[in-house]
Amino acid sequence: MSDIQYLKKVATQVRRDIIRMVHAPQSGHPGGSLGCVEFFTALYFGGVMKHSTNFSMEGKNEDVFILSNGHISPVWYSVLARSGYFPVVELATFRRLNSRLQGHPTTHDNLPGVRIASGSLGQGLSVAIGIALTKKLDGDKQLLYVLTGDGELQEGQVWEAMMFAAHHKVDNLIVTVDWNGQQIDGPNEKVMSLGDLEGKWRTFGWEVLHNDHGNDMQSVLDAFAAAKTKTGQGKPVVVLMKTEMGFGVDYMQGTHEWHGKAPNDTLTEKALAQLEETLGDY
Amino acid sequence: MLNNITSIGKKATRDGFGDGLYEVAKANPQVVALCADLIGSLKMEKFIEAYPERFFQVGIAEANMMGIAAGLATGGKIPYTGTFANFSTGRVYDQIRQSIAYSDKNVKICASHAGLTLGEDGATHQILEDIGLMKMLPGMTVINPCDYHQTKMATIAIADHHGPVYLRFGRPSWPMFTENMPFEIGKALMMSEGTDVTIFATGHLVWKAVEAAKALAAEGISVELINIHTIKPLDEAAVLASAAKTKAVVTAEEHNYMGGLGESIAGLLARKLPTAMEMVAVNDTFGESGEVPQLLEKYGLEAVNIIAAVKAVLKRK
Repeated sequence: MSDIQYLKKVATQVRRDIIRMVHAPQSGHPGGSLGCVEFFTALYFGGVMKHSTNFSMEGKNEDVFILSNGHISPVWYSVLARSGYFPVVELATFRRLNSRLQGHPTTHDNLPGVRIASGSLGQGLSVAIGIALTKKLDGDKQLLYVLTGDGELQEGQVWEAMMFAAHHKVDNLIVTVDWNGQQIDGPNEKVMSLGDLEGKWRTFGWEVLHNDHGNDMQSVLDAFAAAKTKTGQGKPVVVLMKTEMGFGVDYMQGTHEWHGKAPNDTLTEKALAQLEETLGDY
Repeated sequence: MLNNITSIGKKATRDGFGDGLYEVAKANPQVVALCADLIGSLKMEKFIEAYPERFFQVGIAEANMMGIAAGLATGGKIPYTGTFANFSTGRVYDQIRQSIAYSDKNVKICASHAGLTLGEDGATHQILEDIGLMKMLPGMTVINPCDYHQTKMATIAIADHHGPVYLRFGRPSWPMFTENMPFEIGKALMMSEGTDVTIFATGHLVWKAVEAAKALAAEGISVELINIHTIKPLDEAAVLASAAKTKAVVTAEEHNYMGGLGESIAGLLARKLPTAMEMVAVNDTFGESGEVPQLLEKYGLEAVNIIAAVKAVLKRK
């Protein structure tokens, strides 16, 4: 089996995990999670990040990932568990009382892999910049990876952070924007237009890359590879990644309807019928 | 003992922060600092000159500053953030709540120009609610030192205390009187023992409480004066022991009476040792522009107000 075939198998299982995780408590955010499966699978399984499942908060001499749009926790939890950060069976506790798998990620319960709480939007980029600065101070050559939503860019703090990263030449930082064009109340363009998103990042002093196929594994791997070549050159790097919300489940695909809604028993069955059990369900 | 408490001159508490930051950075290479365009106001120049690579200017962007500080702490640094108290708390409450307090980050939020004594800038900048905002956050340590030396000692001490800290200090030149006194986070400082009434004071109002206690002593009223520099965690044993002894309590602080030191002590006493009590604090109002002495007089934070509160509580004893 080629590497890419294996990554696709992982991605299919992660999609099954997402559906089952939100189905059990009838709560969670499947839409954005499904849209970012290729991103997370490539990041953790595709050799993009140097990381260790022997988790340390400081992450010295490792690449560090920060999830800013914490509501897509199902995809992250699934990938972390499937990578070996914690037992896969723990995915069954998602959003349940006394679980480490809170609705939105937190460090509060020492879940390996998570370095900051996220959920209240717009904060992750600032945190990642802080870790990136620490790496520079310590002579640590590894990188910071950040994922942010597109609707999330409506938060003012993001633009403060963008300005800072360019001014202070934080060039050990790769941000990816999950540009699915949707948010809770509808399309970005209707709720609050992002306008010339590329131009905005560029004029803020960032190196801007595009990935127009964020649900194509090879395209995601290529985008990470291209982004890496742009680091260390005095500019922070952003990848504007086009994805489709709900990708992989036909009735969830391309609509904001499943942003924060769990499927019922029938629809769960329908979704799982479209997703082969490749690595074994928890 | 009361007569031994004398002012050896005046300096601002923010000068104590600046000098303390320099010293703690010299001793601990993990200490870094951030500022949101208020280097001079926070007295951070000496640190920046000595350790330019450990300083981060964030511009007028306090929310981003709190997030970056959380990231620096994640990586193992001990970040000190510097801006005015208003912009250190109210403006960035959600960032502190999620990225620092809930995430248990070792960030030291250092806040100058707190309270009315900021003076002429007026109510937009005179935050009187910050202690309340910060003490409500689980895991947050809240410290409000009373003079130059105590602020300097606190600035140094918080580096060795793991966890988020809110360190509150101020703008004006203020009497210095704690040079030879100890400082320990979470431990009340007994300044003068007495028998008739206890005054628990914090921040700038400690000096006003010293003046009040001296005046009351001249009238034959024995005051036990206790400085509560650490509002959270509150030294409950010290508060209860003194309240049990004097059976009358007055609190004094440069803060809204809601959410402040007085409220913390009232809550403790209500639960464990109901005691007659009066609060000297701002009466749930915003401040205004004016000179420091004028403001303290108008808003009832002078020694005379503490004296009046003592006399009132003694009648209820």
